[in-house]
Amino acid sequence: MNMQSNAVPESGFKTQPIAPAILSAARPLYWSVRRELWENRSIYVAPLAVAGVYLFGFLISMITLPHRMHEAMALDAAKQQAAIEQPYDFAALLLMGTTLIVAIFYCLDALYGERRDRSILFWKSLPVSDVTTAISKAIIPILVLPLVTFAVSLATQLAMLLINTLALAGSGLSVALLWKNLPLWHMSVGLLYHLVAMHGFWYAPFFGWLLLASAWARRVPFLWAVLPPFAIGMVEKIAFNTSYFGAVLAHRFMGDPDSAMSKAGGMAMDSVTPFGALQFLTSPRLWVGLAITAAFLAVAVQLRRYREPI
Amino acid sequence: MTCIEARGLRKNFGRTMALDGVDLRVEEGRVVGLIGPNGAGKTTALNAMLGLTPYQGELRVLGRDPWASRNELMRDVCFIADVAVLPRWIRVSQALEYVAGVHPRFDRAKAESFLAKTNIKSGSKVRELSKGMVTQLHLALVMAIDAKLLVLDEPTLGLDILFRKQFYDSLLNDYFDGNRTILVTTHQVEEVQNVLTDVMFIDRGRIVFDCSMEEVESRYLEVTVNPEQVGKARELKPIYERQVFGRSVLLFDRVDRGQLAGLGDMRAPNIADLFVAVMSRQPSQAQGAAR
Repeated sequence: MNMQSNAVPESGFKTQPIAPAILSAARPLYWSVRRELWENRSIYVAPLAVAGVYLFGFLISMITLPHRMHEAMALDAAKQQAAIEQPYDFAALLLMGTTLIVAIFYCLDALYGERRDRSILFWKSLPVSDVTTAISKAIIPILVLPLVTFAVSLATQLAMLLINTLALAGSGLSVALLWKNLPLWHMSVGLLYHLVAMHGFWYAPFFGWLLLASAWARRVPFLWAVLPPFAIGMVEKIAFNTSYFGAVLAHRFMGDPDSAMSKAGGMAMDSVTPFGALQFLTSPRLWVGLAITAAFLAVAVQLRRYREPI
Repeated sequence: MTCIEARGLRKNFGRTMALDGVDLRVEEGRVVGLIGPNGAGKTTALNAMLGLTPYQGELRVLGRDPWASRNELMRDVCFIADVAVLPRWIRVSQALEYVAGVHPRFDRAKAESFLAKTNIKSGSKVRELSKGMVTQLHLALVMAIDAKLLVLDEPTLGLDILFRKQFYDSLLNDYFDGNRTILVTTHQVEEVQNVLTDVMFIDRGRIVFDCSMEEVESRYLEVTVNPEQVGKARELKPIYERQVFGRSVLLFDRVDRGQLAGLGDMRAPNIADLFVAVMSRQPSQAQGAAR
């Protein structure tokens, strides 16, 4: 009856006869993700702010650039590249750390805040299933934040390159050394792969657990997220004098060494080969992790059904 | 067609029975008031009907089991559960956009024309609006949805009298069309009196009174009895007696008008008085008031 209002132009979903079932499932999901972005502006404001501060510092550091470039010229080729790349890598690392923190706080609040401010009663008055809601909230840390991190990192690095080039040109030095030693394209592909594979899919069980804690907690979801794993580790240590549980968590956090997905190796360009990616995608650990994530989310969905506003 | 049907609906929180075997039936196109004291189980009953809480017993809303299929049900049901549940961070324009995005039966132009009659600006955030404006916004969203059932739980709580009046006026004039069903709970009984077609009283998790308004008007009579005729009036078994300015006001159920005519001033009781009368007979004489 109100078909015109269905096709909101900016939605990108035109009512077309193709696969209406998929469309009707995708629409609420699409709007739920947008809703999360409206509510949690820190998803993009935090990395942008950090990037801004970093660029400001970088700009000031240009004062000592000519001196450093002279020093770099004296080094051998490998060290030269490392010295030039370093600030670029550091910018990416800083942004990664920022969005990881954003992701943690986002997840802890995602299914808790809506009960605390009672808005869950409004969300539940609309035809959006609990499954759709939980998935939309999991998409933010697993997919959206890695992509935002990548976009902001890339923009930051391009701005740095521009500043660097102008500074060198201004002081009469050759820009060739800089451009020769900065494989920006290569770095970007590596970064994108690292973010999506490691920060998104490899870390997914962490985010699933945090979402579960936020659906469960009546107060202080942070404690509910942290204390149970801590308790399991303690009990294991006291009962069997082993620390497998802690090792599993550490392994998950540090990355899978077998598939070159470790924190140290993941960003290296060598890992971004079809072979490396295939190895990662076929790694049982990845799929076990994703299955655990799905299980955590399933419990979170059930909790959201039962839980009442706080 | 039956809109809501409950049989033996039960729900307990620990050892307290919030719903203790509720039986009710709401036909399509009725405006039903569910009235009860605090803690009587009103909100729990509504929550069960809206798929917000699990329950025991049988419950069908528009032919569906609410707990099993809440999101399908919400295409045909709207509710304002309590005031001020709109998220405080959302902008008016975002709220419109979101509901238009997820609700297949939402008419955005209609919502915008409701909002045009208020002082609400589309760029404002909910936290910047007054309590009355938030309710207006919520009502505008809900009234633009072509739903079969609208459930309102204390929709005007905490609003001033102007807003409350406006709320029910626009509900009746702009929304109710005779096909839709509205279920409303409220403490301000006298404000909904003229809006309702049916009234139910709930007490301690049970429906203790269920009657259409026509029936209320034909069955019940309130008589301000002349002092000298009080004894005679009492013989006709009033269901409730109260004192107003030193005169006895007696409430009669199914007593012939002719018999009462000479006893004093007759009038139809208002729901608030009927409510007090029915509640005063709980639980010892529950059978007498329950239909």
